[in-house]
Amino acid sequence: MSESENLLEVRDLRKTFRVAGAGKKRLCALDGITLDLKRGETLGLVGESGCGKSTLARTLLMLERPDEGTVSFDGIDPYSLRGKELLNFRRRVQMVFQDPYASLNSRMTAADIIAEPWRSHKNMYKTRKDREMRVRGLLDLVGLGAKAADKYPQEFSGGQRQRIGIARALALDPDVIICDEPVSALDLSVQAQVLNLLNELQQELGIAYIFISHDLSVVRHVADRVSVMYLGRIIENGPTEAVFDRPNHPYTAALMSAAPKLDSAQRKDRILLKGEVPSPIDPPSGCRFRTRCWKATEICATTAPPSAADPKIAGHAAECHHPLLAEGSMLATA
Amino acid sequence: MTAAVDHKPTVRQTDAKPVLDVDGMSVEIRTINGTVRAVNDVSFTARRGETLALLGESGCGKSMTATALVGLLEPVADVVEGSATLGGVDLFQVGRAKRREMAGTELAIVFQDALTALNPLYTVGTQLAEPFRIHHNLSAKEAKRKAVDLMTRVGIPQPESRLNSYPHQFSGGMRQRLLIAMAVALNPSVLIADEPTTALDVTVQAQIMALLRDLRSEYDMAVVLITHDLALVAEEADRVAVMYAGNIIETGPVSEVFANPKHPYTKGLLNSVPVNARRGDDLKSIGGSPPDLQAIPEGCVYQARCPLAREVCTTTRPPLDTVQTGRKAACHFPEEVSNV
Repeated sequence: MSESENLLEVRDLRKTFRVAGAGKKRLCALDGITLDLKRGETLGLVGESGCGKSTLARTLLMLERPDEGTVSFDGIDPYSLRGKELLNFRRRVQMVFQDPYASLNSRMTAADIIAEPWRSHKNMYKTRKDREMRVRGLLDLVGLGAKAADKYPQEFSGGQRQRIGIARALALDPDVIICDEPVSALDLSVQAQVLNLLNELQQELGIAYIFISHDLSVVRHVADRVSVMYLGRIIENGPTEAVFDRPNHPYTAALMSAAPKLDSAQRKDRILLKGEVPSPIDPPSGCRFRTRCWKATEICATTAPPSAADPKIAGHAAECHHPLLAEGSMLATA
Repeated sequence: MTAAVDHKPTVRQTDAKPVLDVDGMSVEIRTINGTVRAVNDVSFTARRGETLALLGESGCGKSMTATALVGLLEPVADVVEGSATLGGVDLFQVGRAKRREMAGTELAIVFQDALTALNPLYTVGTQLAEPFRIHHNLSAKEAKRKAVDLMTRVGIPQPESRLNSYPHQFSGGMRQRLLIAMAVALNPSVLIADEPTTALDVTVQAQIMALLRDLRSEYDMAVVLITHDLALVAEEADRVAVMYAGNIIETGPVSEVFANPKHPYTKGLLNSVPVNARRGDDLKSIGGSPPDLQAIPEGCVYQARCPLAREVCTTTRPPLDTVQTGRKAACHFPEEVSNV
């Protein structure tokens, strides 16, 4: 097994869907996604509805097959795997779902839900005793305690259900957990409990997270690096602080400024975008953000923007013809 | 194309004229296991040109308060106590005809989910014209013209051609604009906005909140904003009433309440917001969960989760008392909250 720094390397991933009534045109959900995930880190994925966040998650979980592009997980191409090797890959990439009410079977006890993955992965915790011990351990780990084992999902609150969902994901000792809006269905006070748990688990077990959320303050709190998506492309990525405090792409700047802020000191003049996200069936030519961008010029309509690296911060880049920092305008206010 | 720069709402004086006065309102729901008090002894005042936020987590009774005010409670729920005075009459005492007359002209509501609030079988033109036809007796043609004006006002592009479209042909943000247009059509004194942007993306949320703000000053309305989002309250509201388990536990001007909360629950909520914590740090969450409304304990409703709770909290319910000018809190130890 190669021990490179990157656990996951995604290159030029493309996924389209056929939609009724669109003729020969296909809905382009992912249009050339490139990203890296290091071992034990948290990558935040932000973007508005329809930008392709969930399609990306599904593709990485091998629930969808990409049209083009490559994925390398620990040096292996998961799409070439079959049988036992594929099963082993699935063990290593797990998921925590958004809705803790819909994602747990109400006819199974918490212990059964957590143990269910082992019915497919038969080589793990083979004896009944081992399994009982492990379920108890997992319940303790997520802060529910052993007496939760025989209860049914409806006997738990939303936050406790999400803990069961996390325990189920942990049952297979994964390397990566994809968290798709894991706290957005929870109340604020409970949300904080679950975020703390995810943080503790990462420090204890060294799991990497891909953390999908529309809540920017949550992403800022949990993510080491952030990728911002717009209409199927990652238009900006970099270390969390850099992307939040010195956005290079106009869309990122608008998104950050649009989120309401509790602290009045963090409020700057809001950039109100005109219009709404165009249809992914017929995205704009050139730069896909140009129809809503206040900096758009002729070149934006004709040429797809190159990735412009921020000279000051390693790994911070934005796909824009007119990156904001180039003029120093945002730099001055940051 | 230029991006509009949206200016923050200015902090205004609280000498605005009160229009809606809710006093001691309680709502009970009849269930097979007995009655549940979902809203208990709630009092607040909405003033013209001002936004009052009802803030709380799910199940705290904030939406039930709104539904009771607009008279849309389910048949199993009743207002059992209290009054709501608007335009000189008590909403809970007047007859149905008068209530209907006041719907839209005095009191209007914008719901969270615009797709279910709009009728899928009628064009938006018909639905937008409806208030004018019913209340102003306008002809179909005149009402349609008014509908076009409204659509223009709330920022729907090409209103004439979209008049004959159905709700599903609009995006989420545009549907919310339509709903707002219907709500303000007859120039109400009070607009209740029940989680108006929760289903929307942040860039669209910013557009909708800016629209609501403009309309509020244009029509000099009182806005009651119902939300669970603390940051939205901080940006949009002048005053806030924090609700917990059916009770208002703290009220006051937003800037003061958020800077220096006098109830441990408010403080706990503020601490739970990730923005103040650095990455990797633990967030200060509130342990436990809200009480079952069927088994509200004697004494303070927050006692089970409160770090300040002691003997007196288990026996005596703290009243919502003045703690400072313009501020009230329902806590036995408001001065100790800053230590939480």
